[in-house]
Amino acid sequence: MKNPIIVLTIFLLAIAATLVAQTDDTLKLKPSYFEVNDFVEDNEACLQCHGETTFIIEDPNSGKSKNERMYSERAIDRDAFYSSEHKAFACTDCHSYEYTTFPHSIEARMEEQFLCLDCHGYDETFAKYHFEDIEVEFQSSIHNIEGFTCWSCHVPHSYKAFMRNADDLQEAILYDNNMCLRCHANFDRFTLLTDREEIVVVESHDWLPNQAAHFKKVRCIECHTEINDSLLIAHKILPKTEAVQNCTECHSKDSRLMHTLYKFQSLEERKGGFVNGIMINNTYVIGANQNVWLNRLSFLIFGGTLLVIGFHTFLRIRKQKKN
Amino acid sequence: MATKRIYLYPKWIRLWHIINALMFLTLIVTGISLHYATRGNNLIPFQLSVGLHNACAIVLTINYGVFVLGNMFTGNGMYYRKWRKNLWPKLWKQFLFYAVGIFKGEPHPFPITKKQKFNPLQKVSYVFAMYFGMPLLIISGIALMFPEKISITIFNISGLLFYDTLHIIVGFILSIFLLIHLYTCTLGDKPGTLFKSMVNGYHEEHE
Repeated sequence: MKNPIIVLTIFLLAIAATLVAQTDDTLKLKPSYFEVNDFVEDNEACLQCHGETTFIIEDPNSGKSKNERMYSERAIDRDAFYSSEHKAFACTDCHSYEYTTFPHSIEARMEEQFLCLDCHGYDETFAKYHFEDIEVEFQSSIHNIEGFTCWSCHVPHSYKAFMRNADDLQEAILYDNNMCLRCHANFDRFTLLTDREEIVVVESHDWLPNQAAHFKKVRCIECHTEINDSLLIAHKILPKTEAVQNCTECHSKDSRLMHTLYKFQSLEERKGGFVNGIMINNTYVIGANQNVWLNRLSFLIFGGTLLVIGFHTFLRIRKQKKN
Repeated sequence: MATKRIYLYPKWIRLWHIINALMFLTLIVTGISLHYATRGNNLIPFQLSVGLHNACAIVLTINYGVFVLGNMFTGNGMYYRKWRKNLWPKLWKQFLFYAVGIFKGEPHPFPITKKQKFNPLQKVSYVFAMYFGMPLLIISGIALMFPEKISITIFNISGLLFYDTLHIIVGFILSIFLLIHLYTCTLGDKPGTLFKSMVNGYHEEHE
């Protein structure tokens, strides 16, 4: 090993061997995934197909292979999954081991899908989420139709409890509304669940002043659910005829927004003298955010002005009578 | 007793004034209704208030443009531009007249002439109302009409909160101005004399 050229060659070959060993699949796995999940490598057995837009299917008899597109309902985004509520899970925590063979057997495909209550129901650990009450609400909701499950809105492979942990309310509102718009602004998805006519959200809300501001500042469910004081997020979606169309339901001192959007933070009742003060972190709602101090001051000034005018008038009348 | 008649209010001023008055009154009523909205019965239904408030605000803004342009290109502007010397003593003199002199039957310290339409107190308050208050009211109102276009935060608070609070405060101050304006308009020879002037254009006063 005295020849430096030989040493350098061996060194370069060693580096090249490391790089070759690092396949494309490995590069897709970000260190952050390993921080939250102990089964990242195992999950790749599924995600090598379900984490891609296409997958290869082979016929062992003919030896032929074919590139197929992954149906969007079956596709899983790794980033979304490893940052979701279920980020620590192995695929086989919820799905049968039968799925580890490919092509998947018909037995595996017959597997019943878990729903929220199957894991979270009647369990003290999850009691604060009131999953059982949510189920009751869902049963009487307009969404309780054939084929519609918790997963229709809360995709288990990407779902985040955004509202509950919202640092940025704006972002949480967007996340929440996108849940509705995934079907209500996508007729292809909408028709998978119902035969109803297409809903054009912008047109059906054309009565709403400052529509863009409303869509940005509040969630759809503010007007489209029935308030339930025991639930942080109401799940009884109302028929459109029962949706709130009375502006003062929100634009008033006793605004329903305090029972819906701002329920999480409603302990902070007043901020800087503002009624429903928590709202002003995010917006200003005419009628709902009166400033108590300004109101009092205005009454004082208005009353004082009237008193001065009244007194002046009295003196003028007295003078006129004297004359 | 002879009556002095001076033609002080040309047609465009009277038309501007009546439009301004009607719009402002509607804006006050609808504004109060919106600000104190309840989930029960309101002075005016919320949606109607929003519609009326927006419509009147647009008319008021255009009308304000007429006022500014009119004052730029006609002689009416001089009543707002030419500031008196020794303003403070004159303001005090006018104030004393309203507070004391008027009850003693003293003559107006600054009688109305063709060159002097406003007394010092009127002049100062009109300039502040029309050239400071109104622009602030209109700018904040436009911001609220297009909430999606305004900055998200101003001075570290929500842009909506900033403009709405500004709008409410300026609106309130101008409403108080209107109240005092209406009252001082009863201080002519007879309570209705000055109102009549704004209809026929002539200022009338016993000599």
